[in-house]
Amino acid sequence: MSTTAIKSPIASTRERSDVVRAPIGPIVVKRLRAVAAELVPPIVVLVLLLIVWQILCSRPGAGLPPPTRVIDETWDLIVHPFYDNGGTDKGLFWHISASLQRVALGYSIAAVVGIALGTLVGQSTWAMRGLDPIFQVLRTVPPLAWLPLALAAFRDGQPSAIFVIFITSVWPIIINTAVGIRNIPQDYRNVSAVIRLNGFEFFWKIMIPSAAPYIFTGLRIGIGLSWLAIVAAEMLIGGVGIGFFIWDAWNSSKISEIILALIYVGVIGFILDKLVAMLANVVTRGTSVQ
Amino acid sequence: MAYLDISRVGISFTRAGRTSEVLREVDLGVAKGEYVSIIGHSGCGKSTLLNIVAGLLRVSTGAVLLDGREVNSPGPDRAVVFQNHSLLPWLTVRENVALAVDKVFAGRKSSGERRDWIDANLKLVNMTHAADKRPSEISGGMKQRVGIARALAMEPKVLLLDEPFGALDALTRAHLQDQVMEIHARLGNTMIMITHDVDEAVLLSDRIVMMTNGPSATIGEVLEVPLPRPRRRLDLMEDPVYAHARAAVIEFLYARHALPAIAA
Ligand SMILES: Nc1ncnc2c1ncn2[C@@H]1O[C@H](COP(=O)(O)OP(=O)(O)OP(=O)(O)O)[C@@H](O)[C@H]1O
Ligand SMILES: [Mg+2]
Repeated sequence: MSTTAIKSPIASTRERSDVVRAPIGPIVVKRLRAVAAELVPPIVVLVLLLIVWQILCSRPGAGLPPPTRVIDETWDLIVHPFYDNGGTDKGLFWHISASLQRVALGYSIAAVVGIALGTLVGQSTWAMRGLDPIFQVLRTVPPLAWLPLALAAFRDGQPSAIFVIFITSVWPIIINTAVGIRNIPQDYRNVSAVIRLNGFEFFWKIMIPSAAPYIFTGLRIGIGLSWLAIVAAEMLIGGVGIGFFIWDAWNSSKISEIILALIYVGVIGFILDKLVAMLANVVTRGTSVQ
Repeated sequence: MAYLDISRVGISFTRAGRTSEVLREVDLGVAKGEYVSIIGHSGCGKSTLLNIVAGLLRVSTGAVLLDGREVNSPGPDRAVVFQNHSLLPWLTVRENVALAVDKVFAGRKSSGERRDWIDANLKLVNMTHAADKRPSEISGGMKQRVGIARALAMEPKVLLLDEPFGALDALTRAHLQDQVMEIHARLGNTMIMITHDVDEAVLLSDRIVMMTNGPSATIGEVLEVPLPRPRRRLDLMEDPVYAHARAAVIEFLYARHALPAIAA
């Protein structure tokens, strides 16, 4: 494990230096080939799926519209994402941005609380014995089951939705942080004891960087769960949001709009996941090579 | 009383209800500027003894006094060079040394002075050229040198080295031994070094402390190495004093205190 982790950057620099010496023409061709090898398979599969969908749903009496009709019926929504007629009659941009704001708020709280609680549980045997069983039970509660409770407590949809995001994404962050803290090598603790770091310095300079790969695993699982939960929660609380948009489209039997919204939800979930993964790569560049 | 005074130190560990005594009645005085090696079979308690002096472990009986004060917590006056370098992998070489220097000299040196001091210590172990590399990008010997620089930079009263060259190849090891000897000659630090290597112990030390086998290990014998300094490894090969010291350590380790498995 450690040898491969150390070897790979060396191997890649060597490749790069070879490339620099080679003439320019073949490099461009090589690069293009690599990109093509990445892109061609998903495009082919996508086209095939669309064709199958088109054929299946073009028959009379089909329950779902074929792709061509989806595009036809949602063209206005696609090209006018920013319209705003007041109330909940807004473009998709506004719905998605409302959902993203809720996720950003709930997820940020979950990240701060999750890392703090995870540190506590990882650092103290007593806290771990007391809290771990409770966490293990609570984390299995499905996100939407918290919603009625939240509505009763907050008496308002907006904070309830944010609470559902928080409570959904906080568990993996807590659990992974705790594992990361528990795995800090004794050597690092000894080093900080010898130079007499205080608790605050130890937290920022040793614990967080050392546990960063684990923390980011938790954060990445958390962002995925948040996005899953927000769509479901918004269906129930109403207002502006992509979840509500889908529910509203279903109530007015606009199946094509639901399909368009699902595509947007999928793509944005994918982007969120990649963003956290990218952040993790930047932050843990040093730590992951051990 | 000696500069570093280890008096009647004993330590026991309790694990799963069973108590095992690792060290008993360890008595040792180390003079200021002295280079002392501790040698003994694996598992006898050498690291445990060093960690007690470092303050990382608490004694069960007895006490350790440094410069007249009792040792009961870790601190930069007893810097440790750990067996496996233990550099922080997310920091560069310079940042690893800076972490210690900035903390230890906060309030005593200005930030410019601290920067110069970091540079001086990296230069002392010839690591200036790789100051901005991360530990994963440098060799084992280089990591160990950074570990030594980090410890020296704390200006410790006693430098504690736990098998500092254990994981290195013979050539790198010889090179680092020469560097440590030179640093010791130049700065006059008090040093306690654990080693498994008889030649290393004889070459570097003023005295060699030989430990009996555990459990309840203690100091079996202390050997003076009356070789003049500076010592050059080539000159010593033929030296009768060197050969005699070497023979005495080997005799202790392999004849009188052989591990049961080896003796059988
Ligand atoms: N925290 C601990 N709890 C229980 N037993 C311990 C602990 N630390 C060390 N020991 C025991 O004390 C004994 C001495 O360990 P120590 O690491 O000091 O040996 P050592 O002489 O440094 O060996 P080596 O040369 O292999 O490094 C071992 O039997 C070990 O199992
Ligand atoms: Mg040891």
